[in-house]
Amino acid sequence: MVKKTVTAASAVLMCAAAFSACGSDDGSSGKDGEIVMGFAQVGAESGWRTANTDSIKASAEAAGIELKFSDAQQKQENQIQAIRSYIQQKVDVIAFSPVVETGWDAVLQEAKAANIPVILTDRAVDSEDTSLYETFLGSDFVLEGEKAGEWLVENAADSDVDGDGDINVVQLEGTTGAAPAIDRAEGFASAIEADSSISVSASQTGDFTRDGGKQVMESFLNADKSIDVVFAHNDDMGLGAIEAIEAAGLEPGKDIKIITVDAVKDGMTALSEGKINFIVECNPLLGDQLMELAKKVVAGEEVPERVVTEETTFTQEQATEVLADRKY
Amino acid sequence: MTDTLTPPAAERAARPGPGARILASPLLWPVVALLLLVVINTLALAFDFAGRGETSFFLNVRIQDGHLYGNIIDIARNSAPVLLVALGMTLIIATRGIDLSVGAIAAIAGAVACTRLVGAADEGAVTAAIMACTWALAVCVLLGLWNGFLVAVLGIQPILATLVLMVAGRGLAMLVTDGQITTVHNDTFSDLATGFVLGLPVASLIAVGMVVVAAVLTRRTALGMLIEAVGINPEASRLAGVRARTIIWTVYVFGAFCAGLAGLIIAANTNSVNANSLGLWIELDAILAVVIGGTALTGGRFSLAGTLVGALFITTLARTIPNVGIPSEANYLFKAVVVVAVCLLQSPRARAALRVRRRPVPKGAHS
Repeated sequence: MVKKTVTAASAVLMCAAAFSACGSDDGSSGKDGEIVMGFAQVGAESGWRTANTDSIKASAEAAGIELKFSDAQQKQENQIQAIRSYIQQKVDVIAFSPVVETGWDAVLQEAKAANIPVILTDRAVDSEDTSLYETFLGSDFVLEGEKAGEWLVENAADSDVDGDGDINVVQLEGTTGAAPAIDRAEGFASAIEADSSISVSASQTGDFTRDGGKQVMESFLNADKSIDVVFAHNDDMGLGAIEAIEAAGLEPGKDIKIITVDAVKDGMTALSEGKINFIVECNPLLGDQLMELAKKVVAGEEVPERVVTEETTFTQEQATEVLADRKY
Repeated sequence: MTDTLTPPAAERAARPGPGARILASPLLWPVVALLLLVVINTLALAFDFAGRGETSFFLNVRIQDGHLYGNIIDIARNSAPVLLVALGMTLIIATRGIDLSVGAIAAIAGAVACTRLVGAADEGAVTAAIMACTWALAVCVLLGLWNGFLVAVLGIQPILATLVLMVAGRGLAMLVTDGQITTVHNDTFSDLATGFVLGLPVASLIAVGMVVVAAVLTRRTALGMLIEAVGINPEASRLAGVRARTIIWTVYVFGAFCAGLAGLIIAANTNSVNANSLGLWIELDAILAVVIGGTALTGGRFSLAGTLVGALFITTLARTIPNVGIPSEANYLFKAVVVVAVCLLQSPRARAALRVRRRPVPKGAHS
């Protein structure tokens, strides 16, 4: 503990030192035409994000791209500061995952004026001027919701657990207003239209957390005895729902089917144990795709405005196979 | 000294009957509000089930795997963290203070306990769980000492002094867990939140146990009176020989300890700690519970029973939202409307205004 605290304190000091150092080092384009990329990360708020960071760092090294990395700790002003310092350092390309959707026009204009191309990763910005960035590389949340819904339609016969002819779905939504929550709900709703016996009977936010998912699920279980399926917008809420279902004396994965999105390690473990039935991947390992795009952008080649991350889905059998070398 | 807290002679001479006493009780309105929520839930659920040709009762409790199961058991269990935090907060507020850092302290407690458990030689062992919780609570006591030092010794405004830890504490918790969601596998630890003793949830027993301890310490000894004295006038109480500094220090340490217990229960509830979200905004829920319970933010008199009702009210409100089927977008609005309504019910001025408006009606009927 003492060691941790000391590390903590020194880390805080180092952060402060790093910030004051920003802008003072007169970085320039790397040696011998090596591409220099400035990357402004959101933070390290989840296992997903850490895997995302690791992937970007590893891919940059493998692709021979010099990476300048900064962690904004969930604050937009930190991220803007980092982007400004990259502009001053005249990097070849800037990439970042915006903390929030709005408020980027000014700093992106500066980058454009300095002729530095910008790539968005993972999250989009809400700007009318799409010329401010070259491309947006990230997941298609609507597609993720659709994949979840399609699996349910295909497995409708098995999913009618209580055999009453209706498939009664309850939905655990992500943080209200967050893009993944809105889009996954939309994709799921449109996919299940294909089967009129499937309907969402209740939907409530669990804030993307295990505790939130558990408490909402407890309430659903007490209010409705005919729940067949849970669709959770991320693994964590699904894991919370599993605990609530077990506490109610039911068996998750059998008495109530569970579909989630993300495929983080804890979720995959539950999937391989049969407690979750299907997981749609939301892939954080977009480093390789990012480096490829960066090379093209720097070389002046045309890139599509929207690039979707390569993502897959997992059944229980597939989860057991890949679990051993799951990185996050 | 004791005379200051007994009711004034005039009030005693009036000797109100039992009916009038209940009407005058500060606990009346919080209890009424809580019952109203239960009624709303019962009706919503009954209609919901009637639509499907079934019957159900919100207050139904059944035996499941040898323990009680049902909405009210969930509410009792889920209210434990808020109740614990609010309990500490009640005593802090009674000294005219406030502690904004309790949510961060809860996160640190969860983070320390879970990382200790994961790092233990035998993760599933009972001793590992006890050691992990002891470490976590010891850290919380230290954090409470820090808060108390800032407020009692350096004389910094409580809201500012505890803001320091509110902001920095969550960062500390994230450093302890390396920013990861740490999952643990220990049945003893898990039992803190999901276990049952004699059919009753352990989490509720811990929380209610702490309330009873606090009640005995403050109401059966002079401690409660000293806390109130410090809250009413710290300088006067110091001159009267009360060790105000020690009292203030004690309540902040107690508050941090309670927050730590709450953090352990929240972490145990999902067998994991997410330093980002554990106990986020719980300080606000706790302050709300204290205020709904009738303790004034200006310090002085406090009501532990009121805080208990307040904590139950907040948890029932949280349960009402999915139960009634309020859309996610309207959650905060619904909560705000209910809380404003309860605060209005409690405000003496609003109640007086209602009474004035009611009074002329019978007079008009007579003339």
